[in-house]
Amino acid sequence: MNNSLLIVILASAIFYGTPLLFAALGGVFTERSGVLNLGVEGMMLIGGVSGAWASQHIGGSAWFTVFASILVAMFAGGLTALLHAFLCVTLKANQTVAGLSITIFAGALGLSSYFANVWKVAAHPVTRPIRKLDVLGLADAPVVGPLLFNHTILTYVSWVLVAASSFYLFRTKTGLQLRAVGESPQTADAMGINVVKYRYFHTVLGGMLAGIGGAFYSLAIVSTWVDGLTKGAGWIAIALVIFGFWRPDLTLVGAYLFGALQSLGTTLKARSFHISGDLLDALPFIMTIVVLVLVSSRFAHKRLGAPAALGVPYEREER
Amino acid sequence: MKSPVRLERRLEQPKWLNWAIPVISLLGALAVGAIVLLLTGKNPIDVYQRIFERGFLSTRALTGTLRTATPFAFTGLCAAAAFRLGVINIGGEGQLYMGAIGASYVGLVMGNSYPVGIVIIAMVFAGMIFGGMYAGFVGLLRAQFNTNEIITSLMMNYIAGIVLNYLIFNSLSYWRDPRSAGFPSGKPLDKRAFWPSYEIGGVGISFGLILAAFVAAAVWVLYKRSRFGFEIGVIADSPRAARYIGIRTKTTIVAVTALSGALAGIGGASQVGDFTHYLDAKGLQLNSFGYTGIVVAALARLNPLGAIVVAILLGGLTNAGYSLQGPDFPSGLVGTLQGLILFTAVAGEILMKYRVKRNTAAKKATVAS
Repeated sequence: MNNSLLIVILASAIFYGTPLLFAALGGVFTERSGVLNLGVEGMMLIGGVSGAWASQHIGGSAWFTVFASILVAMFAGGLTALLHAFLCVTLKANQTVAGLSITIFAGALGLSSYFANVWKVAAHPVTRPIRKLDVLGLADAPVVGPLLFNHTILTYVSWVLVAASSFYLFRTKTGLQLRAVGESPQTADAMGINVVKYRYFHTVLGGMLAGIGGAFYSLAIVSTWVDGLTKGAGWIAIALVIFGFWRPDLTLVGAYLFGALQSLGTTLKARSFHISGDLLDALPFIMTIVVLVLVSSRFAHKRLGAPAALGVPYEREER
Repeated sequence: MKSPVRLERRLEQPKWLNWAIPVISLLGALAVGAIVLLLTGKNPIDVYQRIFERGFLSTRALTGTLRTATPFAFTGLCAAAAFRLGVINIGGEGQLYMGAIGASYVGLVMGNSYPVGIVIIAMVFAGMIFGGMYAGFVGLLRAQFNTNEIITSLMMNYIAGIVLNYLIFNSLSYWRDPRSAGFPSGKPLDKRAFWPSYEIGGVGISFGLILAAFVAAAVWVLYKRSRFGFEIGVIADSPRAARYIGIRTKTTIVAVTALSGALAGIGGASQVGDFTHYLDAKGLQLNSFGYTGIVVAALARLNPLGAIVVAILLGGLTNAGYSLQGPDFPSGLVGTLQGLILFTAVAGEILMKYRVKRNTAAKKATVAS
C-alpha cells in the first residue's frame, strides 16, 4: 500500500518541497517588509556549500554535526542576505538588479563554486547527511507512515515554522508592524517604527531560511556538492511567494505542489514509465509560468495583492 | 555616533559621471574581490596581474578576449534594450540558445546550396527571429496579463537549456550528427555557412563582433533619435503618462522585449556561425553568456555603445579565467568577480543621485570627545 504510486509521489512531494518551503517562507518575510529578493538562488547555494563544508569538518555525534551544519548554512545565507539588505536599504539601490547581482555573485558559477573549489567540498560525499526519521516507529504504518512519520527533522521544523510565521505575521504586534512597513513605510515611520531595522532584520532572516533550503539540497537530496545543485529552486521559491499570496500556509501548498513536479521525473523513471525525461525536467519551469499567469490575473491581484511598497526603496527625506 | 559622511541629493547630474561611475564601480569590485582572495589565502595582486596578462597583453590573449566578448556584446545589448523600458528581461541566456538553434537549422539547410553572403544573412535573421519570438512570448505575457517577466524569462532559460539537450542528446533530431553515435554532438555546418573573420595586427576579430558594433550603433540611434525611442523613454518614466498621451504601451512592451530577444538571438547565431560551426548543446550552457550580459548592461549604464566596450572588458576577464583555470585559479572566481562588478555597479548608481559630503557635524563631535 505504501508502495502505491500516489503515496510515493505525495511523500516525495514533501521531501523535495521542503527546501522550496524554507526558501519561500524566507521570501515571504523579506517581501512582507517591502524588500524584493531575487538573490534567493545565490543565498541557497552559499548555504548549500557552507553546510556541506561544515558537515565534512565538524565532528561530534551525528546529531550534533547535522545541527551545526544547518546553523552554519543559516549563518552563511544570512550573511549573503546582509549584502542584499545593505544595497537595498542603506544604498537604496534598484532592488531587482541588486538581487540579480547577489545571484550572479554567489551563484552556480560564482562564489559557491569558488568556495567548493577552495575548500575541496566536492571531493568527498557528505558522510553525515540529514536522514529521514522513523517517528514513534510509525514510518511503516499504512498511508500515514510515509506521509507523516518518515521525514527529515527539517521537514518537521518547517511545519512548525509555517504555523509560527502565520502566527507572527497575523497575530502579533511585530508582525502587524512588519506588514505596515511593507505596505506603507511612510506611515510606519510616522508611527515610530524603525523601517530600516525591520527591513534589515527580515531580509537577513529570509537569507537564513534560504540557506537552510540550500543545505537541504547538499545534505539530504543530493548528499554531495555539485556546482549549481539547486537548479533554479531559488527562482521557483520566488515564484512560490507570489503563488502563496505572501501567506505561509498557502506557500506550503505551493511548495509541495512543486516538490511533486520536481520529483515526478525520478519517481516515474524508477518505475520504468515511458515518458520523456526532458519533458518531466521542464515541467516545474513550465508550470511556474502557467501558475504565474493565472495568479497575475486581475481578480487575484485585487483580492490578495503584493505588499504595496514591495521593491520600492524607502527614502525618509523624499518630499 | 554619526557617520563621517552624508549624502546630499544632486540637483543636476553632470555628464562625466556617465563614465566615472563605471570606473569607480570596477575599482570597487576589484577591491572587494581582493578581500575574498585574501580570505581564501590567495595573493590578489598576483591574481589580477595574471588576469590582465592573459586577458589583454598578447595578440593571442586579445584574440581570445574578443572571441569571448562577442556573445557578451549581444547579450549585453539584449539586457540594455529591455532594461531601458523597465522590462527586466533576464532571459538573454535562453534567447541566445534559441538563436543558435534557429541559425544552425538555417545554416544546415542552406549551407551547401546558396551563395555565402545569403547564407550568413539568413542565419543572422534566423537567430533574430528565434530569439525574438522566444522573448516576445515573455513580453506578451507581461503586456497582456501583467505577469512578472523576471521569473518567466528566467524559467524560459531553463526550458531552452532542456530543449538544447533534447535536440542533441536525447533525440535523433535534424541538428544531431547521425555519425556521432557514441557521444552525440551537433551536425557540422557546410564551410559556406562559416562566418568570415578578420585579422588586424595579428588579433583575430570575428564577423559577429563587428556586427555587434553596428547593431549597437543602430540600437543607439533607435533609442536616442527616433520617435519609438522617445516613447520608450516616456513609458519607462511613467506608464500612466504614456497611456494618456496615446502611446500604445502594450504593443511597445511586446516589441521591445522581442527586439531584446532578437539581439541575444544574433549572439546565438554568431556562436554557431563564427566559432563552433555546429549546435554545441553543452558549450552554449557552460558559460552563462546571458547572465554576463546583465553585468555588461548594468556597467555600461544601459548605453548600447558602452555595452560593446564593457563586453570586451568582461571578455578579457572571462577569457583569462579560461586559460588560467586550475588549482591556483578555481573556476568560480570569474563568476564571483562578475557578480561583484554587477554588485558595485548597482551600488555605484547611488553616486548618480547623491553627492557624498563630509559630515561636518560628525567632525565637531569627534573634536569635542
